[in-house]
Amino acid sequence: MSMRIAVGQGSCGIAAGAQKVAQALRPLLEGTGIPLGTVGCIGMCWLEPIVDLYENDTLKARLVRVQPRHAEAIAEAAKTGDLSGVADLTITPDDSAFLEQQTRIALRNCGIIDPESIESAKAAGGYSAIGRILSKEHGMTPEDVIECIKVSGLAGRGGAGFPTWFKWNAARQSEGEEKYLICNADEGDPGAFMDRAVIESDPHTLIEGMLIGAYAIGAQEAIVYVRAEYPLAIKRLENAISDAREAGYIGKNILGSDFSCEFRIKAGAGAFVCGEETALIESLQGQRGMPRLKPPFPAAAGYWYKPSNINNVETYANVAWIINNGGEAFAAMGTEDSKGTKVFALTGKIRRGGLVEIPMGMTLRQVIFDIGGGIRDGKAFKAVQMGGPSGGCIPASLLDTVIDYKKLAATGAIMGSGGMVVMDESTCMVSMAKFFLDFTAKESCGKCVHCRIGTKRLQEILSRIVSGEGREGDIELLEELCNAVRDGALCGLGQTAPNPVLSTLRYFRDEFEAHITDKRCPAHACTDLLHYSIDAEKCRGCTACARNCPVYAISGAVREAHSIDPNACIHCGRCKAVCKFGAVTVD
Amino acid sequence: MKCECMKQQSDLSLLEPVLAEYAAVPGSLITILQHAQEIYGYLPTDVIYHVAERTGTTPARVLGVATFYTQFRFQPVGKYLIMLCDGTACHVNGSARIAAAVQEYLHVENGGTTEDGLFSFSIVACLGCCSLSPVMMINGDTYGSLTPEQVLEIIKDIQAKEAAE
Ligand SMILES: Cc1cc2nc3c(=O)[nH]c(=O)nc-3n(C[C@H](O)[C@H](O)[C@H](O)COP(=O)(O)O)c2cc1C
Ligand code: FES
Repeated sequence: MSMRIAVGQGSCGIAAGAQKVAQALRPLLEGTGIPLGTVGCIGMCWLEPIVDLYENDTLKARLVRVQPRHAEAIAEAAKTGDLSGVADLTITPDDSAFLEQQTRIALRNCGIIDPESIESAKAAGGYSAIGRILSKEHGMTPEDVIECIKVSGLAGRGGAGFPTWFKWNAARQSEGEEKYLICNADEGDPGAFMDRAVIESDPHTLIEGMLIGAYAIGAQEAIVYVRAEYPLAIKRLENAISDAREAGYIGKNILGSDFSCEFRIKAGAGAFVCGEETALIESLQGQRGMPRLKPPFPAAAGYWYKPSNINNVETYANVAWIINNGGEAFAAMGTEDSKGTKVFALTGKIRRGGLVEIPMGMTLRQVIFDIGGGIRDGKAFKAVQMGGPSGGCIPASLLDTVIDYKKLAATGAIMGSGGMVVMDESTCMVSMAKFFLDFTAKESCGKCVHCRIGTKRLQEILSRIVSGEGREGDIELLEELCNAVRDGALCGLGQTAPNPVLSTLRYFRDEFEAHITDKRCPAHACTDLLHYSIDAEKCRGCTACARNCPVYAISGAVREAHSIDPNACIHCGRCKAVCKFGAVTVD
Repeated sequence: MKCECMKQQSDLSLLEPVLAEYAAVPGSLITILQHAQEIYGYLPTDVIYHVAERTGTTPARVLGVATFYTQFRFQPVGKYLIMLCDGTACHVNGSARIAAAVQEYLHVENGGTTEDGLFSFSIVACLGCCSLSPVMMINGDTYGSLTPEQVLEIIKDIQAKEAAE
């Protein structure tokens, strides 16, 4: 029997305390011959920290929510093979179902291999696809590679869903010797973290996908643009690049072929618009990240105005699998319009939050309820936000929508990069619309007037609505302005900025009306619109509320019913929080 | 009154290795500024002028680039930089309550630094740990599933550690 322990140490595992668990385990395993390894993120973030026990390379037990104090029991189980001491920690079948319902291609190695070891990646098949492509006997020409990607139907996972083979082919066809291949790891959509997880958990799969892309378009240099907020991803990728270089996968005459490719990482400096491909290129050139007018597209004139190809991390993470398994195998999954699998980041009020990779064509309901376990705390589902600041909210009535680029776009949301923020009845949709406009107004680069001023005005109108100052006609004004910004903006940021407003107006118009006409927030979320009062029947006159009120708005004698002065009340909710008798009501 | 901004006396020699590597490489301005910020903790005005001179460009251009990106700071930061996420997932899960707790306890505004110079506070969008929302990062360490009580405990722990030193 040969046992091995692996501690999941992606950023989220570490945030949950995985390093402390590993530190507690290390001394206990000394001299036992039981290796203690690191793996990346398996995507079950709500169960972190996670410790896996392997016996002869098959998973024997997955232990969840592990704390340092469990280390002894775990070490004992690994030594004896008797799992009864860790039974309490073992994942439940209900939670395991989260993984069993997925089909993992981009995430195939995440949480399974050691991200800091190229040997571990190679044992899982890493670099076999580039090896095959470059081999003398069964090699593939760049055209063969592009054809294989074409057959697969792979489309860009960064948001727009543009066919990958088409971009590769265009860059290949472009005149010029000097070409670049770029990976967009800027992952700006708040609520999406699959790109981080792939880089932290399986960097070699990204490198291999990029090598194949570079070979296909004829690039001599590959650049990964990673956002600065991902220090661990940058560290693991640096380490992986240097290992790959040493192993002969990066540099001159890769694997003895005449294909040469250099790699480097560029850390972003914090600007959402730099996720847009031409802005990203400007930023790579050391400039302000302002988008360029397209055309020319990067395939014709990109980095230093040379032919360049940009793809998202997840897009590249599918490539080696497609070469190994054939384009048909990938295309066999999904719908007429959307092939293969897609990774989603399930977050918000969801019970099981984490990363989910499923074949296109599943319904939102299956992802959110069957896999994600539905809403936490027994509340009701209200909407799911997809596509971040460029996307929209999908209401409960459309939960049976099939996941597919066109079907999602028809709802007013978009596939986007795969963020799914789930909201329950306590979320105010007007305030969510304002949240996104706050974001885009702040992130607008200022180059074009429609975006710079339009998003600001949208934000102002939404601010006054949530603070109870909404006016008759504001809804129509929002709609008019949304259309103008969408049609007039230069880049995708401005063109899609109205989406969060338009989609909430489409499905939750009554909430806007309640805010404007009745000065009421149906979700009880907009503090300015809340009315606190004390139920005289329930109030025991304990004075807790009066003592805690920061503005002395509550009066009443001891053991007599208290009351709140609505003119003095600042709606902070402290009285409700401290009342032990449930006497404070909000309306 | 004469302009005082060039009176800063940063030790420019610290930047020399970075400039030696990157000054002549086209497109490296952001990389140079990132290293500079790592060295000085922020971008002092005299450093900005120095970078401009050595890369053969104008201070206006360097400053134009630096101000475009949220990563760059023009004032010294506290010893501990608290980055609280207000991305979508964290927002939905109540990051506003955490922000209020930190601000009330430390008496800092978003972007500000405490008087003792120990903490700077900054609200950011998405740290990529969304399923543990609400999330914050202090000097590279991530903390998840926060409550207002927990966040104060974490800050008080740091204060206690600093007081002991
Ligand atoms: C405002 C804006 C932000 C974007 N942010 C990202 C991002 O963070 N990551 C990403 O991969 N693509 C992002 N994109 C899409 C890119 O412009 C580009 O389409 C994508 O990187 C192409 O790769 P793909 O074809 O593999 O999807 C963004 C687009 C816009 C307009
Ligand atoms: S939204 Fe807060 S970490 Fe992503």
